[in-house]
Amino acid sequence: MLFVLEQSLNSLELGVMLFLIAAGLTLVFGIMNLINLAHGSFYMIGAYVGATVMMATHAFILALLAGMAATGIVGLLAETSLLRTLYARDPLDQVLVTFGLILFFNETTRIIWGSVPLPMDQPADLTGHVQIVPGFTYPSYRLVIIGVGVLVAVALYFLIGRTRIGMQIRAGASDRTMAGALGLDIRRLYTRVFAVGAALAALAGVMAAPLLAVQVGMGDSVFIQSLVCIVIGGIGSVRGAFIGAIITGFVETFSQSLLPATLAEMAIYVVMAAILYLRPQGLFATRG
Amino acid sequence: MAELATSAEDAAAAPRPASPWPRRLAILAIFAVLAAVPPVAAWLAQPFYVRLAMQIMIFGMAAISLDLILGYGGLVSLGHASYLGVAAYVVGILAYHVDNGGLLFGVIPGTDNAFIAWPTALLVCAAAALFIGAVSLRTSGAYFIMITLAFAQMIFFFFDSLPTYGGEYGLQISDLSWPMNAIGATGFYYFVLASLIVVAFLVQRIVGSRFGMVIRGARQNNQRLQAMGFPTFRYRLAAFVIAGVIAGYAGILLAEYQLFIDPTAMAWVRSAELIVMVAVGGAGTIYGSIVGAAIFVLLKLVVGSYTVHWELIFGPFFIAVVLGLRRGFFSLAFGSDRDG
Repeated sequence: MLFVLEQSLNSLELGVMLFLIAAGLTLVFGIMNLINLAHGSFYMIGAYVGATVMMATHAFILALLAGMAATGIVGLLAETSLLRTLYARDPLDQVLVTFGLILFFNETTRIIWGSVPLPMDQPADLTGHVQIVPGFTYPSYRLVIIGVGVLVAVALYFLIGRTRIGMQIRAGASDRTMAGALGLDIRRLYTRVFAVGAALAALAGVMAAPLLAVQVGMGDSVFIQSLVCIVIGGIGSVRGAFIGAIITGFVETFSQSLLPATLAEMAIYVVMAAILYLRPQGLFATRG
Repeated sequence: MAELATSAEDAAAAPRPASPWPRRLAILAIFAVLAAVPPVAAWLAQPFYVRLAMQIMIFGMAAISLDLILGYGGLVSLGHASYLGVAAYVVGILAYHVDNGGLLFGVIPGTDNAFIAWPTALLVCAAAALFIGAVSLRTSGAYFIMITLAFAQMIFFFFDSLPTYGGEYGLQISDLSWPMNAIGATGFYYFVLASLIVVAFLVQRIVGSRFGMVIRGARQNNQRLQAMGFPTFRYRLAAFVIAGVIAGYAGILLAEYQLFIDPTAMAWVRSAELIVMVAVGGAGTIYGSIVGAAIFVLLKLVVGSYTVHWELIFGPFFIAVVLGLRRGFFSLAFGSDRDG
């Protein structure tokens, strides 16, 4: 029982992490029709900036904010200078350009921070454990990660479903031209959504940094996992990304501890293939 | 609709030259240069050039197979390197059991006979492509890209976590398969060149056939073809399997040439590089893929010799080619079958 409880918490933690990355990815694809292979780079940039600020100030909140702000600005620059021109291009061009962008981000990061992985301390207040049931404790830092992830998910759900800006985002997604004709500044809206998506990936990056090595290319593997989440959930749907991320978190975590290594690495892709075979557009498709 | 518009735009921007001869001569020149590499390299005492040309030919072959489904079929597969790796691993694993004894799955003995190992590798690739294609071709556009990518990752992790066969450290192969070990290094080089020519010719015949026309038509307007009564799913699946098998053949040659195979050969980055080769050379041109592979391999070498940060130059270079030229080098000179 304790095993199931512990693995479930681990699954949730991985799930919300993946959701933070997948949310931006699915919004950018669903609204702007852009396949951004370089989205994992925002996770990496966030982790690097966060680790650097943490080392200098030892203030975790500051590291979080700095990581998100810096990455948001990088996303803003990338969108306005380059990616904006890709919205109307076919998927092949998008793949090529954003792949080129990955090489650029990875190499620039290597030049700035070097090839040696960067360590990052856990926030001092959160190094303890919390007793969940008698005889079972769980690291408080990991609980905070789960809390933040769920909080962001709820906030996004309300932002998109219940607010004026959410309405504008949905309008821009379903009919760009009509929304523009009604007086909506589509270009600015897209830039903002893109920057917020990048900042969310950076949030995941900073929070993950104390748990793993901050290194060049760290975003690439997690990007593929978050891709699986949005493919399972249905590209363009934030709700789908959340469900997909939780499914991915549980399948990855439980298969790692229950199955032999070779099968464990493949489990999530088998699940994905099965879901896609039954529902080619994912569980919560927003587009045909 | 978007695809139709771009094609029409491309056609207006660069009308195809009337005479087929410049293109034919360019193709002949490509093969002539490749054929001249071993003697010239021997004369210059630079055996390294032969290795470069070998890489260009093998990746060129894989890129041609990708061009069949990407350039002609409009199917942007971001997992094409998988077939390269799978076939190479089949050859490597069969050879491993010759050297170390033991049976694959407890029943299959090893072999270093190319007449057994190669067809086995191609069959495994065909089966993999059939399965992956059957699932991913139910989708289109961005979904297709992401699903092929996810499958490629699945295959990557499978081989990455196989400790018996080296896992992430890769698998050493002691010698070329018989009879490739009997024809010498130069003999093997010309065997690869002949394979490249046959593959290019074969793909050219495929895209010119009725089958190829259906594939190309489905790229421009899949619905219309379906309305005309073509079961395009089956046609596309067949093309997907053919491309997978050809890429697998390139993978076999890669294993024989490197005498080593590791999971990075099928990392998703390698698949993206194959797309870059096709696009830089020119999608829908077949021979442009060889040019793209050559530009890729040579540029990596040249820039890499100046700075370890070659990716910093490389990334923006692709971006410039895609955004600036809008089409690859071979299509700029000789047009593309995607035009009009």
